[in-house]
Amino acid sequence: MAVFKKKPEMLTDVPFHYCPGCTHGIAHRLVAEVIDELNIKDHLVGIAPVGCAVFAYDYFNCDMQEAAHGRAPAVATGIKRSDPNNIVFAYQGDGDLASIGMAEIVHAAARSENITVIFINNAIYGMTGGQMAPTTMLGQKASTCQKGRTVAANGYPIHVSEMLSQLQGPAYIERCALTDVPHINKAKAAIKHAFRNQIDGKGFSLVELISTCPSNWKMSPLESIEYAKNEMMKIYPLGVYKDIDKEAE
Amino acid sequence: MKENKKLMKGNEAIAEAAIRGGCRCYFGYPITPQSEIPEYMSARMPEVGGTFLQAESEIAAINMVYGAGGAGARAMTSSSSPGISLKQEGISYIACAEIPCLIVNMVRSGPGLGGIQPSQCDYFQACKGGGHGDYKLLVYGPSSVQEAVDIAYEAFEKAIEYRTPVMILGDGMLGQIMEPVALPEMKDPATFARLPWATDGTKTGKERRIINSLYITPDPLEAINHKLFKKYELMAERETRCEEYRCDDAEILLTAYGTVARIAKSAVDMLREKGVKVGLIRPITLFPFPSKVYEKHAERNEVKKFISVELSMGQMVEDVRLSVNGKKPVGFYGRCGGNVMTSEDIVEAVLQGEVK
Amino acid sequence: MEEKIVVAGFGGQGVLSLGQFVAYAAMYEGMEVSWLPSYGPEMRGGTSNCSVVVSDRPIGSPIIATPDTLIAMNKPSLDKFVSKVKKGGLIIVNSSLIKDKVERDDVKVLYINANEIALEAGNAKTANIVVLGAFIKMTGILKAEDVKNTIEKIFANKPKVIPMNKVAFDLGYNFVK
Repeated sequence: MAVFKKKPEMLTDVPFHYCPGCTHGIAHRLVAEVIDELNIKDHLVGIAPVGCAVFAYDYFNCDMQEAAHGRAPAVATGIKRSDPNNIVFAYQGDGDLASIGMAEIVHAAARSENITVIFINNAIYGMTGGQMAPTTMLGQKASTCQKGRTVAANGYPIHVSEMLSQLQGPAYIERCALTDVPHINKAKAAIKHAFRNQIDGKGFSLVELISTCPSNWKMSPLESIEYAKNEMMKIYPLGVYKDIDKEAE
Repeated sequence: MKENKKLMKGNEAIAEAAIRGGCRCYFGYPITPQSEIPEYMSARMPEVGGTFLQAESEIAAINMVYGAGGAGARAMTSSSSPGISLKQEGISYIACAEIPCLIVNMVRSGPGLGGIQPSQCDYFQACKGGGHGDYKLLVYGPSSVQEAVDIAYEAFEKAIEYRTPVMILGDGMLGQIMEPVALPEMKDPATFARLPWATDGTKTGKERRIINSLYITPDPLEAINHKLFKKYELMAERETRCEEYRCDDAEILLTAYGTVARIAKSAVDMLREKGVKVGLIRPITLFPFPSKVYEKHAERNEVKKFISVELSMGQMVEDVRLSVNGKKPVGFYGRCGGNVMTSEDIVEAVLQGEVK
Repeated sequence: MEEKIVVAGFGGQGVLSLGQFVAYAAMYEGMEVSWLPSYGPEMRGGTSNCSVVVSDRPIGSPIIATPDTLIAMNKPSLDKFVSKVKKGGLIIVNSSLIKDKVERDDVKVLYINANEIALEAGNAKTANIVVLGAFIKMTGILKAEDVKNTIEKIFANKPKVIPMNKVAFDLGYNFVK
């Protein structure tokens, strides 16, 4: 039988625990493929967040640390500083990165810590059961804003890529989406760029991935893809927000 | 001439001793009265090829220690009471993930923002867990700069041997005082053994390592709890340290740790000159607590009472009571808020029987 | 032998370094020493003080309730500590800034116009060294030569200021008859 595509070496055989239609699996696979292709597994440490991806240490087939909620950028900093030869990546969700861990991500970015951050934005808290996230959109329903997010009660969502790109520190910030094949291919290229930056010592790189959460959005997988495309991408426009390579040109 | 000795501030001496003990990663945040530690580290770490990083918060700093320590580096942080409170989340994770590291707490008076003067009000926090969950640290309460240096120098050996965070519990007095110290030899990190459990980035597949404190099913977590406490029992057996000063024939036993123990020691001498048979029990490890020393003296017929002397409302006294176990009265004499008793105060309190 | 010294004055008068000179010199002579500063808001321009204990045996408490010697560089410092000095102890008063007399007859008192003498040495900032010289002569706890060697060591990377400080030391030392 001809093999079309193999599981990346950088993924273990442990089956993902993610819900049907959740794009975490795609994001994991993209990261794993990029690591395989860049052949950086000999000096590699990953950091799992708190949230749905908390078990990421079961899936990525390398040395892994599980960080406290929001602290992945600090943990990554410690690992990277202790041995700059290591390629260090943090995988974080929106509650982890943009709420409780806002200080850590901003300062890691400002220091241009030479790490790679994969930021999953699905505009909701997944693991704890669908509560409002810092990226939950106005009008979007969540279990802690059941009639939809309002400015009066909850203020505005945080646009992480836009915000971090205002800092001098980051080398590269791009927002992509995991909604369909063209977007997924683009996301993979962005992830690869973010890792390559680290290899080249260019500094802090972050790829934001517009993702789905069918279970907590209370949608079918297909509906959730449509929602991500039609609603999220409107509020969170895709694109390169910062790239020091482009600035240099 | 004692040319080999240097006059050093406690904070700076601890920093230098940690470096000589192999520390190459320091992460911290400024807070009085320990800011000389990050200041010293910022200048010294680059000289030895190490990392100094002023973190955005105490929370970030302890998580950087988690990362670096988990990757196998000898990592440390330092702070003072309110900052140590912020670090408790990280310390709990570190204890569970069994990451060796050194944490220095130069205690200031509390609660809240409190004051900046010497205090021992964080004894409970240091010795009874501090953060959430069932865990302990190896806690030392040095009473002189030299003792702090010796402890900081060996801290990483202990931390690695037991895979446990080590805490040095000092106070502003210990941090600010200058005393002559003999500094130990510089250890060469190149000679340190690789730590097989550390996520140093070199292993994949079946051999890969995971630093983690998440155990979602009860049985494995219960096993971890037992494993940790077995370790603490072993530490109690092998690492408990205590000084007994003029205790042999003592009828009244003062007990104090850290800088207060020095004040109490002078009080013992003054009382002895007045013919009062007093001794001092000075725990050097606060966890494990030297219970057996108290048990031994509680059994002696001539011992009338124990008095715990502390800069708190009475914290270590609870461990003294547990150790004495009702066999003899246990009194307490303390000052707090940043006030420090003098030796004369202790003498007077003992003579007038003010101590309850 | 145990000598407990409190040095107190305005921040900027060099009271902490005066105490450090005593501590260093005693350490170099093989004695046990402790130097404990007041810290915190005092560092920011208010009064500051340090407690120095010099002893031939290990030092217990570094905190001084009853100093053998008080060096008061300004009025608030004298007021704060004057009553605490041991009977038979010594108070050195910087009479350049303190016009009051010590109202105790159970202590020795030396009045020294340290600021003016420091100007003679060439720099007002050496007032603390002037007082150091006087203190050494009054107490005899260290040899003048040893303290001057300490001055050289401490200012090793600022050699220019060494002669001036030695002059200041001698002026203070010889002020005491």
